[in-house]
Amino acid sequence: MSIEDQPRLSEPPAESARGQDGRPLQHAEAATKPVAVKAPREAQPRGAKIRGDRPIDQAEAAERFLAAPLHQAAHDARLWDLRTKRDTAAFGIPEWEELRELASAIKTHTLSRLDHYLEQFEAAAKANGVHVHWAADGADHNRIVHGILKDHGARSLIKSKSMLTEECGFRHYMATTGIEVIETDLGERIQQLDDEEPSHVVVPAVHKTRFDVAEVFARTMGTDPENDDAKYLAESQRMHTRPLILEADAGLTGCNFAIAETGTVVTCTNEGNADLSGNVPKLQIHSIGIEKLIPRIEHLGVFLRLLSRSALGSPITQYTSHFRAPRKGTEMHMVLVDNGRSERLGMEEFWTSLKCIRCGACMNTCPVYRRSGGLSYGATYSGPIGLIIDPTFNKRKYSTLPFSSTMNGSCTNVCPVKINIHEQIFAWRKVLAEEHQIPLLKQGMMKAAGQVLSRPAAYRAAIGAADSALKVLPRFAVYNPLNTWGKAREMPDSPGRSFHSWYKQNRMGKKAGAKTSAAKKDGAS
Amino acid sequence: MRIGLFVPCYVDAFEPEVGIATLELLERLGLDVEYPFDQTCCGQPMTNTGCHAEAAATEALFVRNFTGFDYVVTPSGSCAHQVREHLTAIPQTPEVTAVRERTYELVEFLHDVLKVEAFPWARFPHKVAYHSNCNALRGIHHAKPSELNAPAFSKPLDLLAKVSGIEVVKLARPDECCGFGGTFSVFEPAVSAKMGYDKVADQARAGADYVVSADSSCLMHQKGCADRVGVPLKFIHIARILNGATA
Amino acid sequence: MSARETTLATIRRNRPAGDHPLPEIPAFAPLVGDDLVAEFGERLQRMGGRVAEVVPGQDPFAAVRERLDGAAVIASAVPEIAGNRDLAQVALPADLADVDVAIVRAVFGVAETGSVLFTQAELQVNAVAYLAQHLVVLLDPADILVNIQAAYRRPDFARADYAVLHTGPSATADIEGVLIHGAQGVRSLTVLLLPRTEEGVGERSATS
Repeated sequence: MSIEDQPRLSEPPAESARGQDGRPLQHAEAATKPVAVKAPREAQPRGAKIRGDRPIDQAEAAERFLAAPLHQAAHDARLWDLRTKRDTAAFGIPEWEELRELASAIKTHTLSRLDHYLEQFEAAAKANGVHVHWAADGADHNRIVHGILKDHGARSLIKSKSMLTEECGFRHYMATTGIEVIETDLGERIQQLDDEEPSHVVVPAVHKTRFDVAEVFARTMGTDPENDDAKYLAESQRMHTRPLILEADAGLTGCNFAIAETGTVVTCTNEGNADLSGNVPKLQIHSIGIEKLIPRIEHLGVFLRLLSRSALGSPITQYTSHFRAPRKGTEMHMVLVDNGRSERLGMEEFWTSLKCIRCGACMNTCPVYRRSGGLSYGATYSGPIGLIIDPTFNKRKYSTLPFSSTMNGSCTNVCPVKINIHEQIFAWRKVLAEEHQIPLLKQGMMKAAGQVLSRPAAYRAAIGAADSALKVLPRFAVYNPLNTWGKAREMPDSPGRSFHSWYKQNRMGKKAGAKTSAAKKDGAS
Repeated sequence: MRIGLFVPCYVDAFEPEVGIATLELLERLGLDVEYPFDQTCCGQPMTNTGCHAEAAATEALFVRNFTGFDYVVTPSGSCAHQVREHLTAIPQTPEVTAVRERTYELVEFLHDVLKVEAFPWARFPHKVAYHSNCNALRGIHHAKPSELNAPAFSKPLDLLAKVSGIEVVKLARPDECCGFGGTFSVFEPAVSAKMGYDKVADQARAGADYVVSADSSCLMHQKGCADRVGVPLKFIHIARILNGATA
Repeated sequence: MSARETTLATIRRNRPAGDHPLPEIPAFAPLVGDDLVAEFGERLQRMGGRVAEVVPGQDPFAAVRERLDGAAVIASAVPEIAGNRDLAQVALPADLADVDVAIVRAVFGVAETGSVLFTQAELQVNAVAYLAQHLVVLLDPADILVNIQAAYRRPDFARADYAVLHTGPSATADIEGVLIHGAQGVRSLTVLLLPRTEEGVGERSATS
């Protein structure tokens, strides 16, 4: 469909993309500058190479992302902008830190009695006329949903954004069934059309520039490849997707919160696509991770104040939708998915990662993520939260991810449910080293370092024997035979002598004298 | 009051003047400072890489060296954090926990324990960017991190405010990590260096002549990055400024 | 064992130790001023919506009259105005694809966010609030609640089959952060501050 066909109604200026006061709108508009028009075209860097269960080489993929400076700079600026907006929104609420505490405590409580709340939810949903299913894992989820669709003779399914279905590999599974799956979130649709995974839990195509999107849409929807205007691209997608929405036999949404007392599924979107998925077709399905439970409706009053402010810096998403019971003449199914969650609950150091509400704030603030791109993690969940969740799915494949962090702790401070993310990254490193899931080279280097650093004589020899910093640093400081330090940084100047030898020369045996000469009466309180 | 001076391995090897400044400063303030001669390292390189077993002997040596002091003081937020929060590869005997609890980073020791009111000898007539090491900031709470909705405070800036002539510039991303991250700097060199380039660019844009920090490791990384990309910044540890260095 | 039993049994086995009571939620002081109408309007505007006061005695739909006059298909779910598409007669939601303007009444508004609530009762056909190109919302100024916390103390959510808070129109910033309204749902949302009456406003307004 060409863009000229629609819309018939002209847009009055008062309702254009800016507020009527002319100020940038608070809820979604980036303060970042668009990628320069005259910029040379730069191919979109692709994500980590996936080779079965072999450990993901995040550093390698990140290096390729950094080699695309336009993409990297735009990505970093856009996500930092979200972090800044989050700060502004959070600082506008005096009780912000108390809300985080409450949200964390509600989640802790719910997870500590998850069996009870799941049974309560199931009973309420059934009483509402909803069909409730339980899926042990991703494959189970896919089979169940496929089965529901087959029973209804469905040929197409529209869906809104759901990290759970990504986790289950749902789209890939459905590709073999002959039932068409259509993503209706713009970012997610871009990723689907480009046959790429979402790179971020909230803004799935944030690693792409508008030039990349223009290329994908030209290739898959026949838009003008030279037109990279974001509004043109978004409108083209609307026109292209709308007939698919109207004709769909079924709709599927994820779930932000599941209310135990009422059996309600709550979704939070900005585009309204979850509402289209739930309200247009005759058959609606909601996929729910079992950790999404919260006890009561009133608790939404805590979580909703945190979610969008943490994610985008807006006070609330455009749509907050509460699906409780089917419309007349339609069917409503809910699929409760475990997929490792009940096992994770038993991991003493890691179970609180189940509190995550998928706001993406930890990704936006993460300096490593902003410079690597979400696809460099080669996993459904990227960034800080991914580092601590992914190894629970596959310890070998994701063994490298907890090392893709400087453990700076900013993620922990922005987390609206107060998951101690950087401490869990630290804890995962220990688990992985103990289970020999880190490279032999790395472990060998650490063993050698430990042997030298625990023996004063050997340590002194290592420092003393070196006549320049170039030799000192790799051998002594990090035992790195590759000198990756010097590749991108200058080596530190060699001071000529260590503190130790200065001390020996200047203070040993005449300590008392040295002290007196330096001591001054003033200054100390 | 008996003070044990811990000079981290980086400082020992690359910035001995930071160790000297720390020693002299504490002595100026009238303290009895000892430097246990057999000290090496706090064990952080191994622990942060997950290799706790490999860190055990180094940790045991640290505790042997520093047992019996009223305070252990070190010019490194990162090492103080390691000792206080992560020195756990060896059995937690009363001796071990005592050393851990008594270990302070220099800034917090001056600010919280000594409550130093003035550094009359200190004058630093330059524009400086203060760099918060992440462990100092979020691990041992040097200052209010930018993420939290809480009253502002900063121990290092409180101390620098007592230095005459100094001007602290404002960064666009005040406490963004510089990318050092210990062994991260060598295992993920590309991202680490890029973070460093961005950091020094922010500091230079803000008009700083010097970058000041309580951690030599971050400064060494940033200096390496600045020198590589040709950003004309100078780097200096806060201990040296507080001890009276003027450039 | 079924997936259900396996999951529940695993949860029971792995239940985190310790007592983790459910916290009481304190009543937080509202962050909006006393003039809820003004606060609501200001916040809705920042979320991309628009609010129009209705002058008594004048055309309550004056603010959207131009839009209504230019619309071919109007679906009204309110007694205050008649549309030309009867929602009661809609067989399939998809039949509403050609609606230009939909008019519905909100259960309540929320000053803290500029949100309005609808349930299936107000919408008649839920999809009309998404398939229409433009949404016009009638809101009684007396129905504006102070904040989200107050909203979730209302019984509507537990009772309704479907309840939804709209805060401005459909929006996306998925391409380079450029804000676009009408990503999939409505392109605009206009709130008319119009008190409820027993049978709607006295004069029924024609569509043109």
